[in-house]
Amino acid sequence: MSLDTTLQDKAFKSVGTRPTRPDGVDKVTGRARYGADFNMPGQLVARVLRSPHAHARIKSIDTSKAEALKGVKAVITSADLPDLSNGDEGLFATLDNCMARDTAKYDGHAVAAVAAIDEKTATAAMKLIEVDYEILPHVVDVDAAMAPDAPLLYDTVFTSGIEPAPTTPSNVANRAELGHGDVEAGFAAADVTVERSYKTEQTHQGYIEPHACVASCNPDGTAELWVCTQGHFVYRQKCAELLGLEVSKLRVTSSEIGGGFGGKTHVWAEPVALALSRKANRPVKLVMSREEVFRASGPTSATSIDVKIGATRDGRITAASATLRYTNGPYADMWAELGAMTAFACYDLEHVKTVGYEVLVNRPKVAAYRAPSAPMAAFAVESAVDELAAKIGMDAVEFRIKNAASEGTRSSYGPVYGPIGIGPTLQAAKDHPHMNAPLGPNQGRGMACGFWFNFGGQTCSDLNINADGTVTLAVGTVDVGGSRASLSLVAAEELGIDYQDVKAVIADTATLGYNDMTDGSRGTFSSSMATISAARNAIQIMRERAATMWDIPVEDVYWEDGHAHAAGQNHGNRAPLSVKEIAAEAGNTGGPIAGHSELVADGAGVSFATHICDIEVDPETGSSRVVRYTVIQDAGKAVHPSYVEGQYQGGATQGIGWALNEEYIYGADGRLQNPGFLDYRIPVCSDLPMIDTQILEIPNPNHPYGVRGVGETSIVPPLAAVANAVSNAVGVRMSHIPISPPRILAALADAQDG
Amino acid sequence: MIEVKLWAGLRPLADNQSVVRVEARTIREMLRKLEERYPGLAAPIRGQVAVAVDGVIYRDDWSRELPEGAEVMLMRRLAGG
Repeated sequence: MSLDTTLQDKAFKSVGTRPTRPDGVDKVTGRARYGADFNMPGQLVARVLRSPHAHARIKSIDTSKAEALKGVKAVITSADLPDLSNGDEGLFATLDNCMARDTAKYDGHAVAAVAAIDEKTATAAMKLIEVDYEILPHVVDVDAAMAPDAPLLYDTVFTSGIEPAPTTPSNVANRAELGHGDVEAGFAAADVTVERSYKTEQTHQGYIEPHACVASCNPDGTAELWVCTQGHFVYRQKCAELLGLEVSKLRVTSSEIGGGFGGKTHVWAEPVALALSRKANRPVKLVMSREEVFRASGPTSATSIDVKIGATRDGRITAASATLRYTNGPYADMWAELGAMTAFACYDLEHVKTVGYEVLVNRPKVAAYRAPSAPMAAFAVESAVDELAAKIGMDAVEFRIKNAASEGTRSSYGPVYGPIGIGPTLQAAKDHPHMNAPLGPNQGRGMACGFWFNFGGQTCSDLNINADGTVTLAVGTVDVGGSRASLSLVAAEELGIDYQDVKAVIADTATLGYNDMTDGSRGTFSSSMATISAARNAIQIMRERAATMWDIPVEDVYWEDGHAHAAGQNHGNRAPLSVKEIAAEAGNTGGPIAGHSELVADGAGVSFATHICDIEVDPETGSSRVVRYTVIQDAGKAVHPSYVEGQYQGGATQGIGWALNEEYIYGADGRLQNPGFLDYRIPVCSDLPMIDTQILEIPNPNHPYGVRGVGETSIVPPLAAVANAVSNAVGVRMSHIPISPPRILAALADAQDG
Repeated sequence: MIEVKLWAGLRPLADNQSVVRVEARTIREMLRKLEERYPGLAAPIRGQVAVAVDGVIYRDDWSRELPEGAEVMLMRRLAGG
């Protein structure tokens, strides 16, 4: 990597302004092309047959009647997606999740798929597929799955991370322990201790656009995929591995994306569509229904968490511990471990211990959801912190400030922190007018803080200087939250030209080098680094071209304010050359002008936020309403402040929905009861007040402009902030998310009964 | 000499040690020497690790130099949303 990523002392002209986003008009007029908007001649329609059972052995599948139906062009089962994983457990899990092999592991698990000339035929064909199931006992609850007599998903899973290794199988795939110090000694030194158990229910990312793609496999082994994704290069890699394709022969183009939030970092429908296209020798469109999105994609973990925190009477935490149990769905991952890593990351703790258990259940395979696993851990910890502050009679913000991590603190997940931003967000909350605003009847106020890691990753961009001096910027990180505008601002800043002269596009996988996904809050952080690097490379070429035009040494040419300037007494009287003037002569000074960049953007830096929530609860119905909400978060440097605010507001909104309403509800038969937005209620604009934001700008020392990722951290505090607000409003500690009206009424009734 | 702390899951692959000392100037050299000494670490080092150097987490930039006395930890490579 050639780019010097050290923070520069720089006065910005473009960065920090709020121009209109380049994709805005297309989106509000309906012209923007999302996943389902792409079509090809001769395209077939795909439908996926899904298991109606939570757990069942697939004894046989007879597709002959479906194949015989007029208009059906291909029917596939797992036999058409053979196991090419070669011992890679993660890849096999992805494959098995895309199409069940011998066992259906959750309600909605794909078992077969059809491609037909139209939807009616495809739907009719699905009904002709005969699957002989042997229904097996199932388990969906995290605690029930850990019980000694729980139905087992596998008899081959023996909990790893335990010494000596267990000799009997269970649904617990792994135990991970983190921390430092001696928590028992720490608790012994405490004057006051809070110990409580919490639960959170499973939620979906709730992206408005369902998964959609068009796949086209050709007889010569080439294939194309148009798809709604957070990472088309990663989809290309995964699909190539799953289908045995050469990476270079699979071209993937990303559509506009109607939300992803981590849910579009994993393949589900795409390998199925490619396998159908390969078998039918026709293009295939596969669009998941909302019901399928709920039953078979996403979601996050359901959790069960125990927290214990002790403190002295003067407000110093002496020890903290947590046991976190996270559902993984049927495939083991590291969701509980992530919760264990993040749970106490906001605090300076001498003695801390967290233990995470990965629990296998008959629910969909868990996918990342915006700061994955951190919100649930923060809910439990921040609830206990609030309760502890109240117990010792200390203000909740003061208590957190007194115990906040700072530079030099050993984090609860291991390393010692460099400069970090939790202290400033807490101080800003303390000073914010919201904290002292009067509350009305039946209203309560809660606050909470949250942590997320953020990361960078492999990134590549091309910056082309066009003949008229305008600039085309090709990037490979999918624009989820306005990054084309942000990256255009960065290119304009570095080149010294107008924002209007830069047009950013998302390149497909055949026209740009590999890029990691837009995840880990990395889109603007990483691609802005690559854009700065590409712009600097283009400036170097433009200096050379100006030197050629002037016939002077390149060392005598410097770049400033979008122009090449001749330096020194010999050349000082030359008028500067603009990008447009240099571009106009490019054909005769060496050809096209472009800057390229390939780098790994490490050094994202950890991220913190503090949220304040006011909520009003109707004690008769248990109905609650957020009346005021404030997000305070460090952005390093806000490239386009409106989109930073949008990320803060969006994360808070999703967290509020998770806290108050959203949950997967399973029947006794293990089937999902509410796979639709009518019964799975996400907040809409009319449910919420305008969410206030306060952007702190504490520059990231590892980015030339000081930029930090901002996409994820804002979903970490809301569960706890809302729970603390409700608890303060009703006078009863709420420990089960979502805090829906029935749970509030039940808690009030319990409290009344004494 | 760099002291490298291992997360609990790696320790059984490294003679149950939680801290390993290696002479290394960069992350790449450090990982190579760890792998030479403990072949069982080869698999996790391929795609499952991140390296925290003085609190900054590196997932890809193995050319990063390790300052003398730096705090170095191998961590699980994280997922994001």
